[in-house]
Amino acid sequence: MALLDVRDLKTHFFTREGVVHAVDGVSFSVDRGRTLGIVGESGCGKSVTALSIMGLIPKPPAKIVAGEVVFDGRDLTKLGERQLESVRGREIAMIFQDPMTSLNPTLTIGTQITETIKRHFDLSNERARKRAVELLEEVRIPNAASRLDDYPHRYSGGMRQRVMIAIALSCNPMLLIADEPTTALDVTVQAQVLDLLDELRESHDMAMILITHDMGVVAETADEVIVMYAGQVVEQAPVLELFDHPEHPYTEALLGALPQIEGERIREARLTAIPGRPPDLVSPPPACRFAPRCPHAGGDSCTETMPELRELRSGHWVRSAHPTSERAGRPVGASA
Amino acid sequence: MSGSLLAYVVRRLVWTIPVVLLVIFLTFVLMRQIEGNPFRTSERAVPESIQRNLERKYGLNDPWYVQYAMYTKGVLTFDLGPSLVLRQRTVNEIVKEHFPRSLELGGLAFLFAAVFGIPLGILAALRPNSWLDYGAMFFSNVGFAVPSFLIATLFIYYFVVQWDVGFPTSGWTNWESKVLPVVALGLAPAAYFARLVRGTMLETAQQDYIRTAQAKGLRRRRIVGLHVLRNSLIPVVTAAGPLLGYLITGSFVIEEIFAIPGIGRYYVTAVTARDYSVVMGLTVLLSVIVILANLVVDILYAVLDPRTREARA
Repeated sequence: MALLDVRDLKTHFFTREGVVHAVDGVSFSVDRGRTLGIVGESGCGKSVTALSIMGLIPKPPAKIVAGEVVFDGRDLTKLGERQLESVRGREIAMIFQDPMTSLNPTLTIGTQITETIKRHFDLSNERARKRAVELLEEVRIPNAASRLDDYPHRYSGGMRQRVMIAIALSCNPMLLIADEPTTALDVTVQAQVLDLLDELRESHDMAMILITHDMGVVAETADEVIVMYAGQVVEQAPVLELFDHPEHPYTEALLGALPQIEGERIREARLTAIPGRPPDLVSPPPACRFAPRCPHAGGDSCTETMPELRELRSGHWVRSAHPTSERAGRPVGASA
Repeated sequence: MSGSLLAYVVRRLVWTIPVVLLVIFLTFVLMRQIEGNPFRTSERAVPESIQRNLERKYGLNDPWYVQYAMYTKGVLTFDLGPSLVLRQRTVNEIVKEHFPRSLELGGLAFLFAAVFGIPLGILAALRPNSWLDYGAMFFSNVGFAVPSFLIATLFIYYFVVQWDVGFPTSGWTNWESKVLPVVALGLAPAAYFARLVRGTMLETAQQDYIRTAQAKGLRRRRIVGLHVLRNSLIPVVTAAGPLLGYLITGSFVIEEIFAIPGIGRYYVTAVTARDYSVVMGLTVLLSVIVILANLVVDILYAVLDPRTREARA
């Protein structure tokens, strides 16, 4: 059985302008010890999906209107706030995009680590502090013992993200959700943090959900990838399969927007941008949500009915009427 | 850690000295800009020769820098000089007799504002858009908008005249006599505190580090009590310093209405009578109070927010 099984999750925001379908029927599962990458551009529902799993969506205006989040045999959407509190940090930990604002500026690093440990385990102050030093050493903070009583402003961005990782690891969770963990960091630091994350995931035997808009990050870390667009999963596949044989026109476009510095496709094409904007999620397109930006749409069913997520090959799912493998020979943009 | 805090406190203390000197200088300059003279009033005109003698006695004919030097020397030795109008009294005596009442009135009003206003703001912030919140904010708007002299008058009319619940209309003796003036003076700052605390708490609750605290599984009690409240108090403390100074120095109207023999009335009458030494002495004293209140704020600020300890090294 999968560690986490998200089934037909729908999280909507009830705003004055209307109901925002931020997450609209998302399903996926994560196995123990595996890494799932969730990619998509800003506003596609990646972060809301993560926050829905944690039960951290802002209520109101947001509400999980349908679906299940089955984690280790329990549906988290059915748990009360107090029970959820005991899952958070202990069984599922989360790190966020901006390490500069994710730590409380007025409490020491030590306090912010030990309060997590002491919340979930019955440990003395001394033991908790000892454990905090070990954790800081594990995320490779130099002179960990002497840095414990420093405040966050004494730490650089990369170091703060390491502290966030240390906090996340502190209770040995089964699942770590990393929401754009390297986006706010310098490029050189990004790789270090990513490597560290992957290494620790393995040594702690955790599963991980890695949310990012960076295809490069996914390629490096994930086992399985889902691509989200406008609140829906549009493609799901093992990582190599996805990069080698992208099926959804949106995934293709995302990969086309990546610079190639090696391999057969180098210099073959210009870097392409995806025309148009993501749809307004208050009143999304009635059929395929990518249709208005899709070079293959038009004159057929996909502007009238929503394509179902279907399994093209074993483990490779796609939500499109025009996956790559079914339009062989048909030139891109022929219908436009 | 505590070492850096101590260094910070010493640094701030040293910095108050030039500020006090500047206040003395500005008060001196401003006072000289006012037309008139304590001995040349139209109502009680004295012969020209006596006026000149008096002016010589109090040094009013000396060049301004001599007067300024004399005055600064006096202030630094805690001698505020004689009153020019109340011939038998020195400014020090006036301060000693009347200032403690104003200090007590302002201090109690501040305490009332903090003890009543801050919890009200917290309660409102814990349940935003509830009836409790609307009620607290309605009180806050009214308390802030209605001037203290009207509140004081209404208090006297209802609590003393109509219902006679045992409060006197005037004086500053037993605790019964202190209730109405303290509440009348403290209501507006209480309303201000409530509004400020509610606003900063709701804003702090939106911060990323609060989401982190939630993601760590911390109990709501700890998140609100430690993470939200502590960080919300920083702007509140910032506002509290000048407010305390204002309450101690600005209780003139309330003192008039409740006939409290505080320092406020001396201040106002001294200005109209051109009693230079009283005006200057009180201005300097009240400025020092405000400066000290701000000093306390800055120290509290450094305790609450570790970043400020190092920022100005």
